[in-house]
Amino acid sequence: MSRLTIRNARLIDPASEHDGISDLHIDSGRVLAVGPAPAGYSPEQELDASGLILMPGLVDLGACLREPGQEHKATIASEAAAAAAGGITSLCASPATDPITDTTAVVELITRRARQARQSRVIPLAALTRGLQGEQLAEMAAMKGAGCVAVSDGGRPVINTLVLRRAMEYASTQDLPILLTPVDPFLSDGSHMHEGWVSTRLGLAGIPVAAETAALARYLALVEETGARVHFCRLSSARGADMVRRARQEGLPVSADVALHQLFLTEMDVSGYDSNCNVLPPLRGHADREALRHAVADGVIQAICSDHRPHDPDAKQVPFVTAEPGISGLDTLLALTLRLVEERLLDLPTAIHRVTAGPAGILGLTAGRLQPGDPADLCLLAVDEPWRLDQQTMRSHGRNSPFMGWEFTGRVRMTLLEGRIIHQAPETVAPA
Amino acid sequence: MNDQLNAEGGLHHFLTVEGMPRELLERILGTAESFSGVIEKSVKKVPLLRGRTVINLFFEPSTRTRTTFELAAKRLSADVLNINLATSATSKGESLLDMLRNLEAMQCDMFVVRHADSGAAHFIARHVAPHVSVVNAGDGRHAHPTQAMLDMYTIRRHKGDFEPLRVAIVGDILHSRVARSQIHALNGLGAGEVRVIAPRTLLPKDVDSLGTHVYHDIRRGLKDVDVVITLRLQKERMQGALLPSEQEYYQLYGISQERMALARSDAIVMHPGPINRGVEIESAVADGPQSVILNQVTNGIAVRMAVMSMCLEGRATPVEENA
Repeated sequence: MSRLTIRNARLIDPASEHDGISDLHIDSGRVLAVGPAPAGYSPEQELDASGLILMPGLVDLGACLREPGQEHKATIASEAAAAAAGGITSLCASPATDPITDTTAVVELITRRARQARQSRVIPLAALTRGLQGEQLAEMAAMKGAGCVAVSDGGRPVINTLVLRRAMEYASTQDLPILLTPVDPFLSDGSHMHEGWVSTRLGLAGIPVAAETAALARYLALVEETGARVHFCRLSSARGADMVRRARQEGLPVSADVALHQLFLTEMDVSGYDSNCNVLPPLRGHADREALRHAVADGVIQAICSDHRPHDPDAKQVPFVTAEPGISGLDTLLALTLRLVEERLLDLPTAIHRVTAGPAGILGLTAGRLQPGDPADLCLLAVDEPWRLDQQTMRSHGRNSPFMGWEFTGRVRMTLLEGRIIHQAPETVAPA
Repeated sequence: MNDQLNAEGGLHHFLTVEGMPRELLERILGTAESFSGVIEKSVKKVPLLRGRTVINLFFEPSTRTRTTFELAAKRLSADVLNINLATSATSKGESLLDMLRNLEAMQCDMFVVRHADSGAAHFIARHVAPHVSVVNAGDGRHAHPTQAMLDMYTIRRHKGDFEPLRVAIVGDILHSRVARSQIHALNGLGAGEVRVIAPRTLLPKDVDSLGTHVYHDIRRGLKDVDVVITLRLQKERMQGALLPSEQEYYQLYGISQERMALARSDAIVMHPGPINRGVEIESAVADGPQSVILNQVTNGIAVRMAVMSMCLEGRATPVEENA
């Protein structure tokens, strides 16, 4: 069906500040019009979405899909399907694959697998340096030609400041935004926990907040020098958020995101050595969590991401120290974002912005919005529908979630990518 | 973190001193007292754990702790199996969980666990069958609860009540599971003041939140204390840029006779062993009249007998079932 009209939904499109009951008309995979149908348009199919929210599909800046290299944890097909079920239509895949996403061959492999899966769109992030070793530049222009829209350090900081400066200059020449994870490798070496009174009690080595702020200061100095467009991934601390706020006020071309679990969990959640709370950057203090929430509300942090890291059970069924870091986050990205609305931190359009137009804007994607000409990537949300995250409802191949057993409100009924249904909940709206 | 108590509030596992009710800590000391008579008799055995199997599961090398656990179990008439994993098993690629399942299949009743990772004993306790008890014999930097309790036992034998006592712990608190457990035990038993004395590089962040007073100057820290606990300084601390040299450490924090004169005249000196003479403590102090270091080792047996018997008490023994 190339012409589809969705009727009677509450359409929320933060990019155009649209919030109201409107029809949406789709033609050939793109949004044709919002509101009355254009003259001469007749849909081949109509959906009555009364009572549902129609919103852009989510754009997730940070996901490890584990393919190529760790297919025993997850695959592009399994995770793209989980994303679709969670309303996520664009997934940015970390370059920390095996082999590293540092050649067009790997980029093409990922995009081919994603196309075959026919689920959510997968956007590979290109490695900033070869093998993410921090020594030689990766072939950024070639990878851009193969479909990459940004370069990333893949969570492995470039130690040599001269190499980093040149990588930033070269990426700017190619007009590619640079995604950097602010972490000092020496201050964080070997630890998976915030340094504070909980790490002292548990006898775990701690990562001080300075691991983030020292790295940010170094990056900001190079942004001032080069004018490169830099995005900071996965802020974890109040002081880090303050540094980004000040840098933005000074007019530096920087942006930032936060992993959603940082807005809900703290170091306290590690108290029982729960290896599902073993994440990097680590869960920090209560004041950090509140400051990050505040930064999301006031727009210093423009994007919330899943920081999706699915694992096999063996990676987590070990003592905390030896567990592999990360949370499987695709299933809960939208649900936890909606919880921020329930908790009155954000209004609904702002919450949606932080997972759609916010992240899309950072990478300059024509996604995360529903204006005429945009790809018809969208989801229909039953905002009051309760559900529970458990082994049955979880779609990602990785079941490593500290939110297992949580009750949520708001469930995706249907997800469309370029006008095509890629997910449909069992008891969804009937075609009219 | 009190998944270590059973429904009646008694010991099921002994993983950490933290959060342990004072009454239970005192019961461990009282039970140890009653066992100390057994140790001094010519027939050093009681039949409390006859027919029980205790597995010493040591992922890190240890002589003192393992042998005192072994002796304690044998004096309770248990069968003891020593598994030294510093050299085998998990290094063959077997996962920790698989290995636990296999050992459980041997019908054991208790694991005594030493592991290099903080939280390892909690992990094992969470995954064993409900009838199996786990005693933490040291996990990473986190806890060494039986060592702390034998230290408390030693202090009580020499000093009586904890309330009026000032106790100073000197040295590498950052890496010390013993110090963390001692701090919880001293506070749990109501000690008057717990001091930690070390340079900032050897103190964990917010160590005062554990209930300690922090001193960097040893002369001020030792003033008028009743108990001085010295900790072992590992040689590898020099490599991590935590200290410049053993010599400088000894100059600043070594326990010498001259410094002991700052403490109360009847103060005792303790050390969990093994000692580095001339690094953290002067030989004249370690071997001197104020030292109770060897008493600590002896007391370790009675305290470990107490903990093991309390963990397994109240459960029908195989002998009783046959009667």
